[in-house]
Amino acid sequence: MIGLSADAVGVTFPLYHGESRSLKKTVLTTAAGRFKQSSRRGLAIEALRDISLSLHAGDRLGLVGANGAGKTTLLRLMAGIYEPVAGRLVVNGAVTALLDPGQGLNMDLTGRENIRLRALFSGYREARIRQLQEDVASFTNLGAFLDLPVRSYSAGMIVRLSFAMATAVKPQILLMDEWLLAGDAAFMEQAQHRLETVVRAADILVLSSHNNDIIRRWCNRVVWMDEGRIRADGSPDEALAAYLSPK
Amino acid sequence: MNVIGPRREEMAAAVPARLPASLDLSGAPRWGDTIATAARDLRATLRLWRLVWTLSLFDIRLRYRGSVLGPFWLTLSTTIMIAAIGFLYARLFHQQIDHYLPFLTVSLILWNFISTVTADGSTCLTQAEGMIRAMRMPHSLHAARVVMRNILVFAHNVVVIVGVLVIFRMWPVASVLTILPAALLWCVDSFALSLLLGMLGARFRDTPPIVASMMQIVFYLTPVIWNPAMLMHHGIAMVLVRLNPFYSLLEIMRGPLLGEKVEPVAWLVACGYSVILIVLAGGVFARARGRIPYWV
Repeated sequence: MIGLSADAVGVTFPLYHGESRSLKKTVLTTAAGRFKQSSRRGLAIEALRDISLSLHAGDRLGLVGANGAGKTTLLRLMAGIYEPVAGRLVVNGAVTALLDPGQGLNMDLTGRENIRLRALFSGYREARIRQLQEDVASFTNLGAFLDLPVRSYSAGMIVRLSFAMATAVKPQILLMDEWLLAGDAAFMEQAQHRLETVVRAADILVLSSHNNDIIRRWCNRVVWMDEGRIRADGSPDEALAAYLSPK
Repeated sequence: MNVIGPRREEMAAAVPARLPASLDLSGAPRWGDTIATAARDLRATLRLWRLVWTLSLFDIRLRYRGSVLGPFWLTLSTTIMIAAIGFLYARLFHQQIDHYLPFLTVSLILWNFISTVTADGSTCLTQAEGMIRAMRMPHSLHAARVVMRNILVFAHNVVVIVGVLVIFRMWPVASVLTILPAALLWCVDSFALSLLLGMLGARFRDTPPIVASMMQIVFYLTPVIWNPAMLMHHGIAMVLVRLNPFYSLLEIMRGPLLGEKVEPVAWLVACGYSVILIVLAGGVFARARGRIPYWV
């Protein structure tokens, strides 16, 4: 049974590195609320606090909230990248997370080599890898660029490459940050169909966005994140109304 | 089109994902769970051996992309270094060149493996930050990549060893089979060491320079360019050499390659240290695995 459930999950970032002492000063004065001093571990940021949420097949969840509210951290938690520091997270289903266009790409390797690595990670064999490379090549129109290091690509080309790679696998649970929907007009037109098929085929979608039109269009449930907590969880109309209402 | 329900469609391009299908993570796991998760991580790395191999191959190819000789720079630079050092130190240590040069060749190439494994190992997780934060993947894969990459480098240097053995007419045929268990122990040890140093390096950023300077000291303390036979009449020094983990590990590989008998005590010491290393690396990995994405 495909689903995802979080039970009182907390994620805390330790601040071990950098100039933690001066950082401590600035941080404690600006955002006192989310920093806690633990005696053993020093300063830490509570990125997510007491997150309880359960998703079932058919859920299209939109995450809204200000910058730094914990939306991307929540997506990383659901992807299993950050493991909970408190509470419990249970995920059933194959997860694909589309978080950042450049992430997971090796900039020094060519596009084709990056595709091979991604395919090997998914456990594909040679024939499947070729097929994937062909598919990405025909979708992205990168042509000869596919045999050049990713470093030489324009930002738009990197988006196209990661988009094509990420949407070539069919996830059961799809976690997306809004960059995918914020491409240039020409690319969006081309990408629209491919994205829609992948999104429709996914049993669960979690989408983080600042664009309320996108949320209304794609989601049937909305969670409003605020300072690492869930402020509201409900239908798009209710939750967005609460989120947008003046305080 | 306000609400989109799940509707299965034919997708020409898409293929089903074969990612780990389920996940159960707790903020306060029991020991049994942490060990089971760590074991799953290791098994996932084994299953992804094709990825480890390709990553290592790309690492080496990248280092020499655009160069004329390519990875054969590895072979060439080792040859030049051994030729340069060999003749000088044979004089300095009053050694016969036909004994000393094969010894030096094997020692230096093996030491090169150890020192790059420790150096690469201590940055293996911090270097893979992009991959670690992009998707959930086994963390031990990054340690395996260090080992595989250095085995590939070693393979380029084996040419030099064979060349020197041929020139000096040494045929270690009889002992060559005992290389296999030694090589296996080396693989396991370097994997455990990379994993341990990788985690230390992610948590404590001072680890790589500390490891680098320690290894420099250990290089002089370990019989790499000097032959332990030179210490034969200094009892206490010999005891210290025997207790040096790097000496016993070098001995079990060097002996068979040079056609010499390995003292059983070297195997005993090597295995003893290996057990300690593996238990330590395994324990730290089980305990700290989940924290790695927070550290890098």
